[in-house]
Amino acid sequence: MQTATEAPQAVLEIIDVSRRFGDFVALDKVSLNIQAGEFFTLLGPSGCGKTTLLRLIAGFDQVDEGEILLDGKPLTALNPEQRPIHTVFQSYALFPHMTVAENIAFPLRMTKIAKPVIDLMVREILEDVRLPDKAKHYPDELSGGQKQRIAIARALVNRPRLLLLDEPLSALDAKLREQMQIELINLQKEIGITFVYVTHDQGEALALSHRIAVMNKGTISQIDEPSVLYSCPDNRFVADFIGQCNLLDATVVSVAEKQLRIAIAGLGELDVCANPEIDFAVGDTCALTLRPEKIRLAAQLDITDDEVLFSGKVHDMLYLGDVTVYIIELANGVLIEAMLANDAPGRTRLFDTGDAVKIAWHTDAGHLVA
Amino acid sequence: MPNRAERLSRILLSLPPGLYLLLLFAVPSLMMLFASFRFSGEYGGLAPWYYIEDGQFTLDLTLENWQRLFESDIYLGLLLKSLAYALATTLICVIMAYPLALMIARSKKRHRDLLLLLVILPFWSNFLVRIYAWMIIFSPQGALTAALNVVTSSLGLEPITLMFSGTAVIICLVYVHLPFMILPLYANLEKHDHRLLDAAQDLGANRFQCFWLITWPLSLPGIYAGAVLVFIPSLGIFAIPDLLGGTNGIMIGNVIKQQFVESRDWPFGSVLSLVLTAITLVLVLLAAKLGSPAGENNGKK
Repeated sequence: MQTATEAPQAVLEIIDVSRRFGDFVALDKVSLNIQAGEFFTLLGPSGCGKTTLLRLIAGFDQVDEGEILLDGKPLTALNPEQRPIHTVFQSYALFPHMTVAENIAFPLRMTKIAKPVIDLMVREILEDVRLPDKAKHYPDELSGGQKQRIAIARALVNRPRLLLLDEPLSALDAKLREQMQIELINLQKEIGITFVYVTHDQGEALALSHRIAVMNKGTISQIDEPSVLYSCPDNRFVADFIGQCNLLDATVVSVAEKQLRIAIAGLGELDVCANPEIDFAVGDTCALTLRPEKIRLAAQLDITDDEVLFSGKVHDMLYLGDVTVYIIELANGVLIEAMLANDAPGRTRLFDTGDAVKIAWHTDAGHLVA
Repeated sequence: MPNRAERLSRILLSLPPGLYLLLLFAVPSLMMLFASFRFSGEYGGLAPWYYIEDGQFTLDLTLENWQRLFESDIYLGLLLKSLAYALATTLICVIMAYPLALMIARSKKRHRDLLLLLVILPFWSNFLVRIYAWMIIFSPQGALTAALNVVTSSLGLEPITLMFSGTAVIICLVYVHLPFMILPLYANLEKHDHRLLDAAQDLGANRFQCFWLITWPLSLPGIYAGAVLVFIPSLGIFAIPDLLGGTNGIMIGNVIKQQFVESRDWPFGSVLSLVLTAITLVLVLLAAKLGSPAGENNGKK
């Protein structure tokens, strides 16, 4: 048992859970805790085990090793229908022969709730998802976004302890998806039920979650808040998977208390802030992770003492509307991605391919990983 | 709005079956309707529908064939009994076909074709041959009856005979029509989205509730389709009651055949036949109406 002085009792505890399919290890000793009221996301590329973990929590699959506790009690012996956990499926899985109201009433009918109370609860949740006039419609008559909201309403109506969402927005177009993201955040805040959200879309994960578990090949790479995950990734996988990132292989040259000196092939030696999580020794290999938006880019640059400066030329550029991404070729063919907001008035183009430019970054702009 | 070429091709495509049905169903039905108001000829067939006397043209038609239908309760009773037999056959077929169709639909893809082949295997031998086979099974000396009577006598009950009874007719009707229930049911069940059952279970439904609230209502269009395919041929059949029914197991189809063949009373045969057709049509329309709303919502999107 863990000491009680730590965080409050977790709603869901996953302890050393493993699941194998033949020779394939889908989950390898995964452990994590999810707190009450949290919007928790399992993020990772396809095949990382996130959906397997979700199915284990829902009860559609059984663990090979380890344990899953809900409010401190093991779930293993309970069938899916006995768990106070509901799932929003990727395909919505609305019952085509039932109206919207009947669909939403379904989990309530499985309990011993009186009919008038059911009607009231259905009406209330339809208000919550802002579709009060669709009660008598059939699922086939709804748009994708409406189906999605009904699926969520159906899963929330009898207040499960945990709501699992399996890539629920992947079938929607970009505009609608953004709108639904905002609605999901508000809905979760309003009703206060713990959400466990599965996605492979890092943007969606960053936008929605209180905390994110980044998964890779059946293990958890890092669990943190979105801003920590983005700015201080624990390892190369997380740095690379979340957002755009320059990854520069390096060797530690010297170690001071708060600063390290590293040597990057082709670029020479430069100073970086130390990573308090990792004790580097001289000679260790490491990687400098550097977000494109943290790099200054100009034709001429004055730098402070805490910055490092390089000269290069524009190798490639991607105009994205709000920003332009420039691939800068430094000495010895090293490529660095930098990003500039297109904030100049009119259609001014800052640089063109082949232009000579200077780039600079602050010594604490980069983040060192092993 | 379909363009002209499309409309033309539609008309051309529907022309052969349309003509076929017009010539071989609609026209004969009208001829039967006409025949039902005529007198029968002296040696069978139909008497002329008019005569000319003193240069005066007179129609020679009658309503007495239709009156005869209601004069005794034999015919209506037989009609009701046939309806009951067909209904019982349909219900037994549903009960027997459902678990099998569900099992086939949920078995592995590579096993399904083999299982379906087994379902239609009986069609490879002749219909009449299969009924004669049942005569052997049902005969008083047959193994089935003998075995059953060992049981009944040990319980101190009267010995039973299966041959020439309504029971024999219904058993054989079920045997012949079972594939017609299994196939449409399978076609329906096979399309079901298994994720709906996952969702139902996730929302708190046990296995029975999953079946009764999801699988069963979604399979109703398949049941209606199968019911039409089983009920209609069962209602009009005469070969099975002829061979297995004896006098007790007789159905309306036998009487119609009798009127045309043995009694040579074409007009009254036409009356009975028309009544049977009318009942069938009403029931089919009813089944179509029942089957369609659920059918619309069964489509995947």
